[in-house]
Formats: sequence, structure tokens, C-alpha cells
Amino acid sequence: MDLNFTLEESAFRAEVRNFVGEKLPAHIRDKVMNGVHLNRDDHILWQRILHQRGWGGPGWPREFGGPGWTPAEQYIFEEECAAAGAPRLISFGLKMIAPVLMAFGTPQQQQRFLPKIMAGEEWWCQGYSEPGAGSDLASVKTRAVRNGDFYVVNGQKTWTTLGQYADWIFCLVRTDPAAKKQNGISFLLIDMKSPGVTVRPIITLDGAHEVNEVWLEDVKVPAANLIGEENRGWTYAKFLLGHERTNIAGIGIAKRELARLKRIAAAEGRLDDPLFAARVAQVEIDLMALEITNLRVLAAESAAGREKKAPGPEASILKIKGTEIQQAITELMMQAVGAYALPFKQADIGPDYAANLGTGYCNLRKLSIFGGSNEIQKNIISQMILGL
Amino acid sequence: MDFEFTEDQRALEDTVRRFVARDYTFEKRRAIRDSDPGWSREVWQGLADLGVLALNLDEDYGGLGYGPQETGLVMGAFGAGLLLEPYLAAAVIAPALIRRVASANFQEEWLPAIATGAAIVVLAHADARQAPVTEIGGNLSGRKAVVAHGGCADLLLVSARTARGETGLFAVTSGAEGVHLRDYPTLDGQRAADIVLSNAPAMRLDAGTHDATLEAIEAALDIGLAALCAEAVGIMDATVAATTDYLKTRQQFGQPIGRFQALQHRMADMLLHLEQARSMSYIAALHCTDPNRAARRRTLSAAKVTIGQACRFIAQNAVQLHGGMGMTDELILSHWFKRLTAIEMTFGDTDFHLQRFARLSRAA
Repeated sequence: MDLNFTLEESAFRAEVRNFVGEKLPAHIRDKVMNGVHLNRDDHILWQRILHQRGWGGPGWPREFGGPGWTPAEQYIFEEECAAAGAPRLISFGLKMIAPVLMAFGTPQQQQRFLPKIMAGEEWWCQGYSEPGAGSDLASVKTRAVRNGDFYVVNGQKTWTTLGQYADWIFCLVRTDPAAKKQNGISFLLIDMKSPGVTVRPIITLDGAHEVNEVWLEDVKVPAANLIGEENRGWTYAKFLLGHERTNIAGIGIAKRELARLKRIAAAEGRLDDPLFAARVAQVEIDLMALEITNLRVLAAESAAGREKKAPGPEASILKIKGTEIQQAITELMMQAVGAYALPFKQADIGPDYAANLGTGYCNLRKLSIFGGSNEIQKNIISQMILGL
Repeated sequence: MDFEFTEDQRALEDTVRRFVARDYTFEKRRAIRDSDPGWSREVWQGLADLGVLALNLDEDYGGLGYGPQETGLVMGAFGAGLLLEPYLAAAVIAPALIRRVASANFQEEWLPAIATGAAIVVLAHADARQAPVTEIGGNLSGRKAVVAHGGCADLLLVSARTARGETGLFAVTSGAEGVHLRDYPTLDGQRAADIVLSNAPAMRLDAGTHDATLEAIEAALDIGLAALCAEAVGIMDATVAATTDYLKTRQQFGQPIGRFQALQHRMADMLLHLEQARSMSYIAALHCTDPNRAARRRTLSAAKVTIGQACRFIAQNAVQLHGGMGMTDELILSHWFKRLTAIEMTFGDTDFHLQRFARLSRAA
């Protein structure tokens, strides 16, 4: 057993660290380090910087213009980016639709969409959830009817993260209402500028606008935008969800936020309180364990070879523990500043670092809900790992 | 042993519940929250007309002469409706403090005005760490931090370190020279203020005995803490009921999600927290005026620990079980979540009270 990365991997780590240290714009780093929401331009700027270096598609194979990194290298890359305060990559294009296009898209679709994703020229969002289809995703009702060279789409998607920025949406639509649940679903790519697409904001409890409703009314979608075969969309959807779970533990982000928690706690003198210090220690210990668990999953993936396309059910372990740790950190940050966590969106009340801790705590409640709620992840563990 | 409320007490609770249901709908609350002052004088007057502003005052001063149990019933009813008006600060804590500290003249001047809603008086106690409030030559300087409802007060009761190094209590008129109020919304939709005093004119209220003054402030805040616990239980009652309803109606996988055992057990755990919290809120109401300081504070710490933990568990899981819907500003649920979050942090968080309980238990 050897818990160390190889020499090559360590050299790679140094290379990433140098690059990010040199190229990450200070105004973006400052926002990330202080838990401030990033805007569209921030994300796009960073994506373009990465793209110039040839790292625009960190998980992508060489044949599609990616760097062809191993899972370990991807892990190191994301960890270093997070530690340095780089934005989290927007996954909808890079990690969700891109792998689907690579595996199931036509050459035309691949050429049309992949380069613009990598270059940060087109923003994608996810059209999966509906008001009646959350955890039970296969019950989507949005209807697509084939009419010549087009599909006509009607329905409503919801919880569409950053849909207000999106140029394209990939949607699960029902093409055969007579078929049994999973069998009548297709996977369509829809231009957000199409007539009949309406985006309505959903304001969340922290006052933020991150998610949206997307209404589709008689939207004409070229049949050429169908992925794979009609009525086989569920296969592609599940494939995509597997890829969504790469780096799901968010170890790098958690380490960065733990360091922020310690800075805040120290500034507030809270580490002198043995109970508070113990609570911080507990999170740190959980994170140490999770990092090793994550590396074990990674090693198993690497050993299984690259033909294994998506992480297995072990990703559910990483998702649950990773989100619990991130949520615990926000809870402790809020606790550390006490009453000054309460002023709502008041930058000039209390210490600077306190300004967004209350809203940050509220916002991260989403982590255990989205991307497959933690309850659904536990179902996966019970069924797929334990065979119950 | 008797855990029943009297008919009078039930009638009082019903009155307030009806007021909330009829005159304090979620839509109305939203409009009040988004208004410039963030609270409604009309609602405040309505509460005065109901008599609840006089609840804790002696009958000599136009009050009803009730106590912490009745206050708890009222607070529980306000909790479910998420009242934005300064009931706890101005109708519970301030009168309790004035009664314990101020001269008969001052009481005669201010208590009837509190009862009728004509005057709002708020205690400003917690100092900003960098700038504690001190008294020099009868004037006050320094900063009070995150004073709940400080911005709507006509009169502030300000604790300050006197020239002799003792704690004194002073009355400061909000509009006076040298008083700068920075009013802002808090996470839970209520208002608070940071109050900067620069040589502000002040009137000494207490008799000048350090220990008695501190104890009076503590006693008033302890009564406030018991009331806060009751508010939390009112919110948690509503939260548990709404989440139960949601589990019965929300369909996924061809059945109500309440049919899934994992969620049933979570819901059962929420109920356990709620009932433990309710028990401790009763204890808190019964003991918050206990003259034995150490025993009183030990009991109140126990209550705040149980209730703080329940606030966290119930709030977090109510949102979790509602899924994305629980995260939306549109549902009252997320507003209950935020108020429960704020309550956990108010008057000492769970860890503070856990440690204080341990300390007081060892000393006992």
C-alpha cells in the first residue's frame, strides 16, 4: 500500500499549482476565497484562460481536444484549482453533456457543440427535473412530438441551475407516452433562443437567483438535435448522471473552506473554546477519512482502466459524506461569528468575513438535495453496493 | 401534576392564533418585510388593541398581570405566523427590565405607553467587541451590535460601563444627538440595528448597584429566553405539520413519499425533537422567574440546548424532505427555517448553553 501520488503526478500537481497561481485573476480568487457568488463573466473568463492552456476540458480525452488526463490527474487538477480559489468548473457543458456527446453523439453534433463548450463560448444547462419528476426522474412529462424534421416540445423543467445564462439546454422529453416509464424518453438538445422557451427565476431562501423554471411552449427542435435513438434517452441520462459524480466529494473545495473556517474562528477567538475547537476537529477528521476514501475509489477506477466510462455506486458514498462535510463547515462558520451572521446582505456590518456566512449556510442546504438527493444516494448504496 | 392550560390561557392563545390567521397572512407578512421600516405600526396597534402588549405589565400600569406561561402561548402563536414586529424585545424584555430597575416615576411614564402601543422601548445590551459602550459625565459613547429591533425603538435601554467601572443602565432617546442607528434586515426577515453612540445624552435608570443592575438585565433576558423558546416551539409545530402534509401529498415513484420508511423515520425523529423541545419550553416558562439565579440559569440553559438542537434538526430536515421546494423563498417553510436558524443563535447558541449547563451542574 502506498498513499502517495507518483513522482509524475506530483510534478503534474506543481505544474497546475504554478499555472493557477499565475493565471487566476485576483478579483475572481478573492470572491471564491470569501464565498461570494461568481457571475457569468467570472466563469467564462476562467474557462477561457484554461482553454488557452489546453486545459479547457479537464476530463476529456485527447481525441476531442482534451488533455487526456488520468482520473488521478483530474483529481489533482480540481484539488489544486479549488485550493487556489479558482471557480468550480460549470459542469453542465463540460462534465454532463460533453461525455454524452462523445459517447452517443453524431460526428456532426460533436463538431458543432464540443469545441464551443471547451472554449467557454456556449453555456449549457440541464433540463432534467420537472415539478412532478424530482427524485423520480423517469416520470418526466415534457412531451416531444415528431413532425417531419422537427420535434415540437411542450412542458416545464425546473431547478434549472444558472439557466439564465444558458445558450443551450439538454432535455429529457417523453416521445412515447404509451411506453413504460423509462422506455418512452428521448434526449434532446434545445437552443435556449428558440421561440417558446421562457426562463423564470426561482428565488431561493438566501435571496439568490441560481435556479429557474424553464417553460417550453410549442418549441420547434430540429430532429438533428436528438441524441442517439428515439426513446432510448434514459440510457444516456443515466450515463450522464454517472459522469456528474466525478469529483463529487469536493475534497479540494472542502479543504479550502475548512481553512477559511479556521481563519474566521481564529479571528473570533473561537478556537480557544474547547468545544468549538473539537467541532472543527471533527470536520477535519471526517475530511481526512473522506480524502482517503476518495483516493481509494480513484485507484479502483484507474485499475479498472479507461474503458470504464463512469464512476460506480461508490460515488454515492463520496456524495453523501462530501456534502455533509461542506454543510457542516458552513454551519460552523456561521456559529463562529455569532450575531454577525444575522445581518442580511449587509457588507458593512460586522467583520468583512461575516457578511455572507448566514446566507452561505442557507444556500448550501441545496447540496444534500440536488444531484440526486442524499436519500437517493443511500438507496443506491443499499441496492447497488449492499444488494438489499 | 398538571400540564393543562386554563380556559383563560387557551382563550388568549386562540385570540392570537385567530389574529395571525386573519390579519397576518404570509402574503401580508411579505409585504411588511419588504416595506421600508420592515414592520407595521398598524399591526402593532392591532396587538395593542388585542391587549397582548399589556400582557406582562402590572395592572397598576394598565397591564394584564400575566406571566411567562401566557407569554409563551402568545409567542408560540406569533411563531407560526413569523411575526416581524418587536414583540419579544418591546413587550416582553423591556417591560420586565423596567419593572426591575427603573424608578416609580419612570415606570409610570413608560409602562402605560408600552401597553397602549404608544411607545416602543428596546434593550440594547450586547457591545460591539471593538467598541464597548462607556459612560462619561452622564453621556454614552461606543457601539451596540445587532440590537434586535433597535431601529424601531423610541427609547433605548442601554447598558454601559460607568466611570467607576460598573455596569449601569441608561435610557437614550433614539432621536437624540449623538445617536446613530444603522437599521438593517436580518436573515430571518426581521430587523436589527447597530447603534453608534457618540457622547449621547443619557439618563441613568438603575440605582447604581452594579450587581443588582446586572442581575436585573439577566433576569429580563431570562424571561426573554423562555419566550423565545416558546416561539421556537410554535414554529416547529407548524414546520412539522407542514412537512407531514407534504409527505402525504407529494407523489414520487407512484406513491406519496411519506410511504417510504426512511422518510417516516426521519419524520418520527423530528417529532421526538419537537416534543422534547415542548417539554423544555414549559420548564423554561415555569423557571424563568426563579429567584435562585444558578438554578434558574441551569434550567434555562438545558431548555435552550434542547430547543436549539431541535431548531437545527427540524429546520434542516424539513427543507431536506421538501427537496427543492424547501429551498424556495415562495414557501413559508424556508422562512421558518431561517427564523429557527436565527433563534438557535440568539441569547447564546447551543454550545454556549451546553457548556454553561455543565459548569452550573458542577457548581451545584
